[in-house]
Amino acid sequence: MEERKIRVLIAKPGLDGHDRGAKVIARALRDAVMEVIYTGIRQTPEQIAATAIQEGVDIVGLSCLSGAHNQLFPQVVQLLRQKGGDDIIVIGGGIIPYDDIPVLKKAGVAEVFQPGTSTQEIIRFIKERVAKRT
Amino acid sequence: MKSKVDLRKELHRWQQTTLKKVLERSPERKQSFKTTSDIELKRLYMPFDIEEMEYMEELGLPGEYPFTRGVQPTMYRGRFWTMRQYAGFATAEETNKRYKYLLKQGQTGLSVAFDLPTQIGYDSDHPLCAGEVGKVGVAIDSLADMEILFDGIPLDKVSTSMTINATAAMLLAMYIAVAEKQGVPLDQLRGTIQNDILKEYTARGTYIYPPKESMRIITDIFAFCKDRLPQWNTISISGYHIREAGSSAVQEVAFTLADGIAYVKAAIEAGLDVDSFARRLSFFFGAHNNFLEEIAKFRAARRMWAKIMRERFGAKKPSSWMLRFHTQTAGCTLTAQQPENNVVRVAFQALAAVLGGTQSLHTNSRDEAFALPTEESVTIALRTQQIIAYESGVADIVDPLGGSYAIEALTEQIEERATEYIQKIDEMGGAIKAIESGFIQREIANSAYKYQKEIEEKERIIVGLNEFTVEESPFTDILKISPEVERYQREKLNKVRSQRDSQRVKDSLKRLKEAAQGTENLMPYILEAVKSYATLGEIADALREVFGEYKEHTIIT
Repeated sequence: MEERKIRVLIAKPGLDGHDRGAKVIARALRDAVMEVIYTGIRQTPEQIAATAIQEGVDIVGLSCLSGAHNQLFPQVVQLLRQKGGDDIIVIGGGIIPYDDIPVLKKAGVAEVFQPGTSTQEIIRFIKERVAKRT
Repeated sequence: MKSKVDLRKELHRWQQTTLKKVLERSPERKQSFKTTSDIELKRLYMPFDIEEMEYMEELGLPGEYPFTRGVQPTMYRGRFWTMRQYAGFATAEETNKRYKYLLKQGQTGLSVAFDLPTQIGYDSDHPLCAGEVGKVGVAIDSLADMEILFDGIPLDKVSTSMTINATAAMLLAMYIAVAEKQGVPLDQLRGTIQNDILKEYTARGTYIYPPKESMRIITDIFAFCKDRLPQWNTISISGYHIREAGSSAVQEVAFTLADGIAYVKAAIEAGLDVDSFARRLSFFFGAHNNFLEEIAKFRAARRMWAKIMRERFGAKKPSSWMLRFHTQTAGCTLTAQQPENNVVRVAFQALAAVLGGTQSLHTNSRDEAFALPTEESVTIALRTQQIIAYESGVADIVDPLGGSYAIEALTEQIEERATEYIQKIDEMGGAIKAIESGFIQREIANSAYKYQKEIEEKERIIVGLNEFTVEESPFTDILKISPEVERYQREKLNKVRSQRDSQRVKDSLKRLKEAAQGTENLMPYILEAVKSYATLGEIADALREVFGEYKEHTIIT
């Protein structure tokens, strides 16, 4: 039987328009044989949670370079929990200071990747996390 | 008389003897050497590499067509470039303090960074703005905030650049209203609004309205400013964000100039004479890592624009042919790893901008891979420019690298390749069509992905990132924006709403909507709305109702 592909939603919450990182990661994950959905910029946490559940993704990758991550990332986690998507893993990246990482992790974000992270590292993390979960 | 030496023969001899011996002993580091734009570099450039070049047609003299050697005859011997650090955060009160600090440190122009709600036309209490207020720039909800932002800064004494696009007309109107209150005649206002919506669709993301309606607002601004604000740069056609989004140097030049062509066409179609507005068009480029390619890029862009304006659009005035530009060092090259190294990176990038003949410059700060810069970091960045200006000596000769075989050959190659792109875009029907079809977005995304792969495969070395790495302790000395800012900003906004003449606001918004449905110039109506203390969100919404909103086509590849 063919192995089920990992399904990923790459999303940009908030008003930030810097989508280079999101697009590069979306493509790298696709090249790593994952199924990737990218919904474009200016998504609300509600839209992201709804898409994640509707599409039955394993993992949501959030990208934010505007400094609004402390507000937006935890909100996505909470909405997923409320709407029955509590098994969906949430990771994040962008311009995120070190001090904010423990706060985000406490709020349920599984990992935060800072600038310079290789896409291979992210792919490895996703594969390990999804494997652990199932 | 000097004897005529055949340099091709000499080169051949050298290759067969001196070079060959060395290559046998120690091969070169790589099979081929390429720039970011995939231009294959020769080992050595010779006089005959540029012998085809017609000096007066391709280089000319500084201050003359085609301006390859610079837009002014004396360049930095007359006056240094404007040192202009992009700044803005939190509230108008805090940013006003930072501006006064920067001016005291010797900065010569202001550059306003607005937060995303301001850039996208939402008031600070809009539900979509939670967490965004005051983050990437200063929050401006109404004229009241703008008055605070420039409090104690005489607008006839500074030049102000505003990074504002979809809401440029509103922010410019606020600036005009502040100037009027200060008693400054409008013809003395100097500055720039970015006002470049096309690259928002392809690279930066702060669009509101669809392209056609956006282009109308832009040409309305051109028409409004040409007599009333004769010293104002009505647009800053920006390659910076295209480059930051991942393009190569050649693509940066090509897509920026293609956007420029679209603006000029739109303005001519709106009935403006090309020579009446062209001198107020300005440009904005990034300065990336590849030092020589970047210098050549700036020179090529200048030459190309001169030709485009003169040959394609038939502009008659030399000032219409001139590509004047601002440069920012490339934010995407800053590393979160060993951030102190960024100071050095920025210095080389800034030097390339100066050797390329920039009119103004922003140098990034070492800590910007984490957050907005601290005051200390910004000071180092500004000092970097001052060291180039006052200590390095490069400012004492006009276009000092002009005539370098390598630089001239690279300048030609960039021009050639960028011209090919522009032809392709012309064939598609111009930049707007190329954006609507996703061509430009795809080209940028492909380059971005290629660049990332090169780093991961170590074909491209980034010091401290994929080579020469060390275990590091977290870098935590950064600027933090308090969540209190959002609450305070909302309070101020409510106060404005409760204290203004609400009938005047209502009337002004109604008249703006009516004008938007017709063909009149929108600027006077926006100015009246601003002066009535209508909020930015209200004004933007009035136009949303008439114009609708743009929805992006999501393109990964």
